Amino acid sequence: MNLPIIDTSELPKSPKLKLYINMGIVLFLIIGAFIFAGFSFLDILLNIQYSTRLLGRMFFPPEWAFADNVVSPLLETIQMAVVGSFIGAVFAFPVAFSAASVFTKSKWIHGPSRAILNVVRTIPALVLASLFVAVFGIGSFAGTLALSIFSFGLISKMLYESIEAIDLGPIEALESTGANKLEILRYAILPQILPQYMSYTLYAFEVNVRAAAVLGYVGAGGIGQVYERALAWRQFDRVGMIIIVSFAAVLIIDTLSSSLRRRLV
Amino acid sequence: MEMIHPPKKVSTNKLYKTLMFITVISIIIWSFESIAYQGVMNTAQGTINGMLEGFFNPDISYLTNYTIDGLPYAILETISIAIAGTFVSGFLAIPFALFASQNIVGIKTARIGKFIITMIRTFPELILALIFIAIVGPGAPAGILALGIHSIGMLGKLFSEAIESMDIGVKEALESVGGNRMEVLFRAVLPQVLPELMNYTLFRFEINMRAASTLGLVGAGGIGAPLIFAIRSRNWERTFIIVIALIITVTIIDFISGKIRRKLV
Repeated sequence: MNLPIIDTSELPKSPKLKLYINMGIVLFLIIGAFIFAGFSFLDILLNIQYSTRLLGRMFFPPEWAFADNVVSPLLETIQMAVVGSFIGAVFAFPVAFSAASVFTKSKWIHGPSRAILNVVRTIPALVLASLFVAVFGIGSFAGTLALSIFSFGLISKMLYESIEAIDLGPIEALESTGANKLEILRYAILPQILPQYMSYTLYAFEVNVRAAAVLGYVGAGGIGQVYERALAWRQFDRVGMIIIVSFAAVLIIDTLSSSLRRRLV
Repeated sequence: MEMIHPPKKVSTNKLYKTLMFITVISIIIWSFESIAYQGVMNTAQGTINGMLEGFFNPDISYLTNYTIDGLPYAILETISIAIAGTFVSGFLAIPFALFASQNIVGIKTARIGKFIITMIRTFPELILALIFIAIVGPGAPAGILALGIHSIGMLGKLFSEAIESMDIGVKEALESVGGNRMEVLFRAVLPQVLPELMNYTLFRFEINMRAASTLGLVGAGGIGAPLIFAIRSRNWERTFIIVIALIITVTIIDFISGKIRRKLV
């Protein structure tokens, strides 16, 4: 009896070899990145005392009296975040649906919609804000517009992904009874999607509060503007106070928002 | 026949929902009222014309400038900051996450660990960047450190959630045969959660890529500085070549990272 001859060259490469190659590539990228950026661990160790000095000027002690000046820009930041996530959510809804192949059958619609989703998400909010400041002037309006577009990108992408992942059963059931598109949307898709949609909007709100703190840096209103001024004048005790107040606010908002989100999903 | 009363819980639930709804609506209205549209700048028409012109005639010479002042170098530096920063945070987040996981350190210690992680998350990236600039001077290393520390806030949270939801049996099995803490960690905990941790780390890499492109604003390296410079000096030809390059780079990175992530999970 002849044994079949196995041509080893046709066998797939051993998984172990592939793993090593992948690990090698990743390692190369990481080490390359550190070298390219000129990162030196020694530098940090030698100069670490400067950080304690700066932190000391910020928090030991902070300028407590400055808290009064922080409250109203902080409220403005929160308002910007609320409006931004609201507008973003409103526009995200139709675009996410037209991008989802579950709901939109035509390639000519969901292709471009997906392209919009992905491109919008790549533009940093800070860039949007500085472009809007150039057009609308310094103030919270420019920042709110930037946050709206930023939230739109965030919510529409997540919403689109969850629409694609819904249970198709109810849709087919409704289709078989001759329901039209609107009825399918109302009775088969919405009930499955709505809690997640609201949860994503709340999440965008949380992210917005943090993002809005940075936007003021380019003149887009809110607490960032106070940051920028304090930093420009090197009033680090004020910076410390701003950090403390916004930390408290973010903590409260995150706790409230995530407890709400847990109820939703 | 006995009447079947609907459980009382439903009515309080309805009341709660109505109250919630009213609260949310009034917050939205309050926010909308205070974000006032104050018209456009009187130079807006010129600015928009300039932007359009810049968008259609991007500054190609900046793109083909292969020196240290050119666009390719700045983009590479941005990617390096994102990779190195993500690596630092992925590495540092593991001890933080273990410290915040109930099934590793117990419920009381975990609560402290979770609070520390939340604190890190709320500390603004730009302020962190400033602190690190004080230590290592302006440049990419400060950006790496800022991203590396800031991302612990998100990665630590996600990692600890992954660790808390893992199968505890393997850990107990190793403990019962007398494995010490390190053995339990490296042979029971990490192997189980590693794919999930890598998935989250890559996800954070995508976010860091966007963050790295704004850190330059305060002098922490990357594309941010030339970008803000171009916007402030109304050099729209240069602004849009940077924005376009950024969109393409981020899209490519999202695509690659998404592909790897789908393979992991």
